[in-house]
Amino acid sequence: MSKKIVVPFGPQHPVLPEPIHLDLVLEDETVIDVVPSIGYIHRGLETLVAKREFTEYVYVAERTCGICSFIHGMTYCQGVEQIMDLEIPARAHYLRTIWSEYSRLHSHLLWLGLFADAMGFENLFMNSWRLREFVLDVLEETTGGRVIQGSCKVGGVRRDISDEKLAAMAGDLKSFETELSDLSEVFLHDDSLKSRLVGVGTLSRTDAYDLGAAGPVARGSGVAIDLRKTGYAAYRELRFEPATESAGDCYARCAVRIRELFSSIDLIRQAVETMPEGEIEVKVKGMPDGEYFSRSEQPRGELVHYLKGNGTKHLVRSRIRTPTLTNVPSLVKMLQGCELADVPVIVLSIDPCIGCMER
Amino acid sequence: MKIEEQPTTVIAVAHLIGRVEQFRKGGFRLVQMNATQVGDEFEINYSFEKDYRFENLRLIIPAETEVPSISGMYWGAFVYENEMHDLFGIAVKGMNIDFNGNFIRTKVRYPFRNPTFQGEGPCQRK
Repeated sequence: MSKKIVVPFGPQHPVLPEPIHLDLVLEDETVIDVVPSIGYIHRGLETLVAKREFTEYVYVAERTCGICSFIHGMTYCQGVEQIMDLEIPARAHYLRTIWSEYSRLHSHLLWLGLFADAMGFENLFMNSWRLREFVLDVLEETTGGRVIQGSCKVGGVRRDISDEKLAAMAGDLKSFETELSDLSEVFLHDDSLKSRLVGVGTLSRTDAYDLGAAGPVARGSGVAIDLRKTGYAAYRELRFEPATESAGDCYARCAVRIRELFSSIDLIRQAVETMPEGEIEVKVKGMPDGEYFSRSEQPRGELVHYLKGNGTKHLVRSRIRTPTLTNVPSLVKMLQGCELADVPVIVLSIDPCIGCMER
Repeated sequence: MKIEEQPTTVIAVAHLIGRVEQFRKGGFRLVQMNATQVGDEFEINYSFEKDYRFENLRLIIPAETEVPSISGMYWGAFVYENEMHDLFGIAVKGMNIDFNGNFIRTKVRYPFRNPTFQGEGPCQRK
């Protein structure tokens, strides 16, 4: 038997945009065990509920993540609205859905670029991020912010999108979709990419479910869980099915995200076509008294904001459970038995967002 | 309109393992665990889901109570249990991977137990 050695991976590593540390236990070139550790960017954002009024905390919630900031803000607002039994206007639900899906497009394209770059495909990286600019432009035009949108509030949304702009957005999606198809062809059918992804970092369906995997990690292993099916925001009114693959490897997780890009385009089109007229917010009266586990589907998977109020202007607890945290046990499982050279690709395949995870 | 029902059952520490085992055998997945400090006590929520049916178990315990780990049934629970220990100082017995307080390294020990907000600036003094 070979001698075991421990190789530290991260927190600084060329493929890691954010810091996580893994102690890789190796026998020759094979990883036989992994011990993860975090805590490099813990900010304690959750404790700020004691310092910010519940209507202001949405700004903190949005800053949990610099990629899916809108969905964090929306999930927080949704939780407070559920505690307070606030019925927000239908148009606000639709606008939240549209911005959520643009956030998903932006996040998945960002990930595709990073993923390509990690494997040395720099042109693919640049093309992914070039397409992402189209999405960021729409977010900026409609909310004023590329990264932090600030358009969600307790009781609805702050900004409306005119019907003319909505029609233009739907029209622009045609050329975007064509370019996305070309990009997808490369990711899904290029031989050299497939050789890096197929059969690498496999997670079985049983393991994915038992370990609590979320998002594309779970769906890439055939677990068809997608919180949008619970019908929050306007998803109750829109048609879609979760994208799933069965192989459970890096290629399957990539394929799920690519299929979700097209699914997001479809959802935006449906939302634009069926957008109701009317107000975009309701007046908030009273203080939150009660608790709620507000759940939504982030680009990386299931997000949970647990909120508890006691009838004062400050909540007593905000707990943010992000999909990356729940995907860490799955990552450990995927890495066991892989080759050292595949570790960066496998780590990236869960689309880790450490800033989000550590809060 | 409620998006979903979220029933919560308050149980004693002694019944935790048995109740979690029931969820496990029923095919539920572990969604999350979290702690909340309420006065001198802690509320610990265990959330499970199956076919979009979301259910919770809740422990209400004095601050120094040791709780048993559920990582023997849900292997991935170690991330939540280590987090509860590192942020709140809740002792969890029998974790499958015990980081001994080094999972989330913080400058202040158990920062979520009676947070003090050290170092606040003028803009926070409203």
